[in-house]
Amino acid sequence: MSLTHLFVFLLIALIAGWLIPGRWRISFLLGASLIFIYWLQPSTPIRNLDFWLPTASIFLTVLVWAITHQPQANSMRLTWITASIVVGVVILVGVTRYVEPICCLTPSRPPELFRILITTGLAAGIIALLYHFSPGNRFLPYLAIFTILGLFIILKSEPLSRSTSAWLRYSTGQPYGMASALDLPWLGFSYLSFRLLHVLRDYQSGKLPPFSLDEFITYALFFPSYTAGPIDRSERFVGDLRKSLQPLESPTRYQNKVTNTAQGVQRIVLGIFKKFVIADSLAIFALNPQNAVQTTSTLWMWVLLLAFSLRIYFDFSGYTDIAVGLGRLVGIKLPENFDRPYLKTNLAMFWNSWHITLAQFFRAYYFNPLTRMLRTSKHPLPAWTIILIGQLTTMLLIGLWHGISWNFFIWGAWHGLGLFIHNRWTEWIRPREEFHTTLANNHRLTNLLNWMVTFIFVTVGWVWFALPNPALAWKTIRILGGE
Amino acid sequence: MEAKTSQTEPDSLKENGLHFGIRVSIKALSLFVIFNLLFAVFYPPAAAKRVSAYNLLFPGRQRLPYGEIPEKSYNISLYDLEAMFASHELSNRNKPKDEYRIILIGDSSTWGFLLTPDQTLAAYLNREQISLPHNQKVKVYNLGYPTMSLTKDLLILSFAMQYQPDMILWPLTLESFPYDKQLFSPLLQNNPGKVRGLIKDYNLNLDLQDPKLKTPSFWDKTILGSRRNLADLFRFQLYGVLWAATGIDQFIPKDYEKRQEDLPADENFHELAPPKLNETDLAFEILSAGVSMARSSPVVFINEPIFISQGLNSRIRYNFFYPRWAFDDYRRLMMEKSSANRWYYWDFWDSVAPSEFTNTAIHLTPNGNQQFARLLAQVILSVASSTISNQ
Repeated sequence: MSLTHLFVFLLIALIAGWLIPGRWRISFLLGASLIFIYWLQPSTPIRNLDFWLPTASIFLTVLVWAITHQPQANSMRLTWITASIVVGVVILVGVTRYVEPICCLTPSRPPELFRILITTGLAAGIIALLYHFSPGNRFLPYLAIFTILGLFIILKSEPLSRSTSAWLRYSTGQPYGMASALDLPWLGFSYLSFRLLHVLRDYQSGKLPPFSLDEFITYALFFPSYTAGPIDRSERFVGDLRKSLQPLESPTRYQNKVTNTAQGVQRIVLGIFKKFVIADSLAIFALNPQNAVQTTSTLWMWVLLLAFSLRIYFDFSGYTDIAVGLGRLVGIKLPENFDRPYLKTNLAMFWNSWHITLAQFFRAYYFNPLTRMLRTSKHPLPAWTIILIGQLTTMLLIGLWHGISWNFFIWGAWHGLGLFIHNRWTEWIRPREEFHTTLANNHRLTNLLNWMVTFIFVTVGWVWFALPNPALAWKTIRILGGE
Repeated sequence: MEAKTSQTEPDSLKENGLHFGIRVSIKALSLFVIFNLLFAVFYPPAAAKRVSAYNLLFPGRQRLPYGEIPEKSYNISLYDLEAMFASHELSNRNKPKDEYRIILIGDSSTWGFLLTPDQTLAAYLNREQISLPHNQKVKVYNLGYPTMSLTKDLLILSFAMQYQPDMILWPLTLESFPYDKQLFSPLLQNNPGKVRGLIKDYNLNLDLQDPKLKTPSFWDKTILGSRRNLADLFRFQLYGVLWAATGIDQFIPKDYEKRQEDLPADENFHELAPPKLNETDLAFEILSAGVSMARSSPVVFINEPIFISQGLNSRIRYNFFYPRWAFDDYRRLMMEKSSANRWYYWDFWDSVAPSEFTNTAIHLTPNGNQQFARLLAQVILSVASSTISNQ
C-alpha cells in the first residue's frame, strides 16, 4: 500500500463518513472496496492474473455468503441490487481495457470483455446453484472450508505455487519454464480466508447471525483492513456498520462522529509515521538474508536483528493504525491488533498483545476445540501433554500461516515451546509461596528481568522468521551468541 | 419541540466540528509553508551539513559516497560535498603530528571500481607502511570519485585542502582532459556555485554560463524541492549501520563484462581527429590550477596505467578509450608541460600487464593495484623526502 493509495482511501472514507447518506453508505463502501481490491492488486507476469485474482476474491466471498445465507435475513430486491453492483464493478474494471485515458485500474490490461462476461456468467451460475441448495446442506460448508484451505496451502507452499504458476503460464501460452512462486501475489487472500473460515465455522456451529449480501461483502472485502487485517468478527463488524447507517438524530451521535473523525485522522497520521518513517527507515538495515551472510560481528548482528524486530512491529502496527483510523472515519471500530507487545513481561502476555486478532482466531477455532477434545476424550491425556500439544501445534499453524517452509515451522515451534515452558514455570512457581514472596519483594527487578528475557526470546525468534534458510538462521544465532 | 432541538444542536456541533477541522488544517498548512520558506531562506549552512553519523556512531568511510545500487552497495551517490566529506575517515580526527598526509584524487580507478575498500590504491599504499625522515608516517586518503573530469578532481581538491594535506597524488588519464568532459560529472552539475567559483578564481577555459551548471531555484531550496536530496542524505546515514556491520560500500557483481579487447577501427578521439593533439585541445590549465591551489604541498601527477589491447584494430587503438596517436601525443604534451612548469610527473601508462584490468581500460584488479601502489610508493618516498629536506 503506497501513500497515494492511502490518500485516496482517506478521501473516500471521509466522503463515506460525512457526505454519503446512511441508506447509501453500504453500497458506497461496497463499491469502493470492490474497486480498491483491483487497484491494490500487485502485478504478476501471468497474463490477466492481476484481474482474475481480485475477481476470485469477490467470487469466493459471494460463494461463502451463498452457502451461509439465511433466507429470512435477505430481501431479494436488495440481493439483486447488490449482485448488480458486484457484477457492474467487475465489468466496469474490465471495460477500462477499452477506455485508453483511464486504462487501467489493474496493473496490466484486463482480459477481453467476452471472457469476463463468460466467467462472470459461470460464477453467477455456480453461486445461484449453491444459493439454492445450501439451506440445510451440511456438506457445502465443509467443501468451502477445504477449498479455502487448499488455496491457502497452494499459495503458501513454494513448490505448489510454482507448479500452479507453471500450469497457469502453460494455459495462457506463456513459457512455463520461468514459473516462480512469486507469480501468484494474491493480495489480501490470507486475511480474506480467515474471515471466510470464521464465517463458515460459526455457521456450522449455529452461531452466525444473518447478514445481507451487501453487509457480508463489505465485511469480507472492507478496503481499510483488506491487505493487512485486523481480522474482525463478522457480527461485530456488521453491528457497527448497521449503527453507522442510522440517521443522526441526537447531538451525542454528532459528537461521536466528530470524535471518531478526529481520532481516526490521528490514528492514520500515527500509522503513516510508524510505517513510512520508522519502519521504512529501519528496513534499510534490518536483518535480511543478504546482510546476515555479510555480517560477522556479534554487536552489529544484534543491531540488525533489533532493527528487524522493531521494523516488523512498526510496519505491522502502522498498517493496523491506518486500518483502524480509516474504519473510524466511516464509523466502524475495527479491533486492535497490538497492545505494546514488546513491553510485556512474559511470552503469554506477548501473544495476547501481538497480532491479537490472529491469535484470537486460532484460539477460538483451533486451540480451544482441540484442548476441549483432548480433555474430554475417553482416555484423557495428562494436563501438561494437552498444553504441550495445544500450544505447540497452534504456534506451528501460526508459523505455517506465514508460509509453508522450514523457517516458519521452526519459528512456530520456537514460540510453541516457549509458551509451554512459560506455562510449566508458572505452574511450578505458583505453589512455592516463599519464592513467590521473594519475587514480589523485588517487583521492579523481576519485571525488568522478565521483560528482558521475553524481549530477547521474541527477538532472537525473529531470526527464523527473517531468514528463509534455517542453516543461515542457525549461523546467525551463533554469531549473536558471540561465536 | 424535541425534534427542533435535535435539528439545531447537531447543526451547531457540525459547525464546530467543521471549524475545528478548518482551523487545524489552516494551522498545519501555515506551519508547513513557514518551515519550507525558512528552510529555503536559511538553506542549511555548511556546519549543519557536516553533522554526520559517520565518525561518530559508525566508522568513517574509506572513500567518498558513490553507489549505483544502494540496497546492495550500502552506499548512495550524494552531491553535497560537506556531507560527503563528513562521512569520510578524513574528517575523523585532527591531523596527528607524525602523519604525512597524502590525498589521492582521481577517477573511478582511484576510487576503486569493482574493488573492496581494502583493495584500492590508497589501501595498498597504506599497506606499504612508508616511513619518512623525522619519523613521519605516510597515510593516504582515498578521495577519488567516479566520472572522468579534471574539473571534478579540482573541485574535490579545493574541498580537501582544509584537511592540510602534505602531498597531493593525482593519477590522470587522457579521458579526463577534453573540454567536453569537464562539466559532465553530476558532482559538478550539482555544485554550480562552487564550480563557477573555481572557473573564475583560476581563470579556467570553461563557460560560466554552461547550461549543465544549473543554479537551484528558490523552490529547489525548500524542504519540498530538496526532499530527494534530504531523503538520500538520511538514507546514507542509515546505511552507515550496514557499512559498519559488513565493511561493504560497493556492490561487486560476480560476473561483469570484461574490458573490450577487439576495438573499432575509429581513429578519432572525442571531436579530435589525427594526426596531432594540440595543447589547447586539453584542459592543462586545470592541472596548473591544482598546483596553485595546493600552495606549498607538492602535487604529483601520475599518468595512470592503461589497458593495452592485442585484439582487433589494436594497431589503431590502445583500447576502447584511446586511439594510439592521441594517447601518444597526450603523453608527449604531458611531459613537455611538466618540464616547462616543473611539475612532479611520472608516467606509468604501460606498467601493469593487460591481464590486470577488469571491466574498462583503466580499472585494475587487486593485484594490478598492488603493483601500481609499489611503484607509487617509490614516488612518494622520493618526492616527500626531497620536500621535507628542502624545508
